[in-house]
Amino acid sequence: MRVIQASVICEAVKELCIRANCVMNDTLLGALQTAQQEESYPVAKTTLGCMLQNAQIARNDMVPICQDTGAACVFVELGQDVHIEGGLLADAINEGVAQGYVEGCLRKSMVDDPLRRVNTQDNTPALITTDVVEGDSLKITLAPKGAGSENMGQLKMLKPADGIEGVRDFVLDAVRHAGPNPCPPIIVGVGIGGNFDHVASLAKRALLRPIGASNPDPFYAQLERELLKEINSFGTGPAGFGGKTTALAVNIEQAATHIACLPVAVNINCHVARHEEVVL
Amino acid sequence: MNADAPLHIEGLLTAEQLESLAAGDQVLYTGTVLTARDAAHKRLVELIDAGKKLPIDIEGAIIYYAGPAPAKPGYAIGPVGPTSSYRMDPYAPKLLDRGLRAMIGKGARSQEVVDAIVRNHATYFAAIGGAAALIAKSVKSAEIIAYEDLGTEAIRKLEVVDMPLTVAIDCRGGNVYEDGPAQYLASI
Repeated sequence: MRVIQASVICEAVKELCIRANCVMNDTLLGALQTAQQEESYPVAKTTLGCMLQNAQIARNDMVPICQDTGAACVFVELGQDVHIEGGLLADAINEGVAQGYVEGCLRKSMVDDPLRRVNTQDNTPALITTDVVEGDSLKITLAPKGAGSENMGQLKMLKPADGIEGVRDFVLDAVRHAGPNPCPPIIVGVGIGGNFDHVASLAKRALLRPIGASNPDPFYAQLERELLKEINSFGTGPAGFGGKTTALAVNIEQAATHIACLPVAVNINCHVARHEEVVL
Repeated sequence: MNADAPLHIEGLLTAEQLESLAAGDQVLYTGTVLTARDAAHKRLVELIDAGKKLPIDIEGAIIYYAGPAPAKPGYAIGPVGPTSSYRMDPYAPKLLDRGLRAMIGKGARSQEVVDAIVRNHATYFAAIGGAAALIAKSVKSAEIIAYEDLGTEAIRKLEVVDMPLTVAIDCRGGNVYEDGPAQYLASI
């Protein structure tokens, strides 16, 4: 058994909040640079250039890349041989989010209630998903998620008879309907299988995969490639002003499901697709 | 859409200026813009519906759909990119009918808003979503002028210099979100 202090978790989360929001990761930067080189449409080239320039300013000044510093989505992989001392895991994460968002001059975007809507002033509560895994380490992934892209998500319970064509049509319709709103070029997270709530979680987790990494199952990797090609034939382009680059990646996560079910969910990320992780 | 050098526009937007702009034109705007988003729009339209006076002068104004991040010391404002405009669609026609001259945001608008833009000879500009740190460089001063209790959603008066914009829906209803993708597809 290994002991991890709650205060260490809090400090790590605080640092993740600031870094994820202010420093665009190199994989994403590289994908945007490649997209800019490959665009033939001048407006798309210019628009991607502005996005890259923006990321550079944010990194130099350590200010948020986007003013919507998101809901703090936190994914925890807790080794079952870890014992947390000095407080509750969720409290430590929330304290880290509060400190990170206040000290890092990040925007506080959480309201305490969906209908009465009073801002909590420190961006808590974090939206925490915890998995217990093998081992004695604690992995924390922080993915600040802005609402422009989050609001374009969709979920549907298809029939098994709808099959792969039904899934394909649903994903393409969701992205077409989103149009310029989710700040393209986007990353499209797709969940297939599980049940009503599980499929949404699969779609969100799919966004954590680095750009360029395919689904390990060749069947789904092929579907990812086909969907990406279709989406990039829409012409929406960067910021929706027209161009080749509507999406940088389509990431599918699949899971076992019921004999009567074919759930599918789409969760979209904007071109400021943020996620940072730490292993304690 | 037009990839030529951007047009410089300064001060109050006149009917002639808006007449000369077409969807897709790139503009560098210098002047005053007021930030307002969901919560502020709800309050403004409640006042209009109740026949009460607004806390801002809407006649000729430009509203920027934005809620900034907090400013670091030494900065006029924190990063301040556009938010999705469609959420303000239920409110925008009433403000346009009362003299709102232009809106700045990102993304598609409803047919009701497009109709109100044409009816009032107004314009909808797009800023690049997510380019918040870049856009903040064009903001020289920011001052809360209404609804301070709303925090980031308060109405702020921004003085901007060369704020980079694209004409998204022009005063005749031309729409970059339709024309831009169509022009790109025609170019390949």
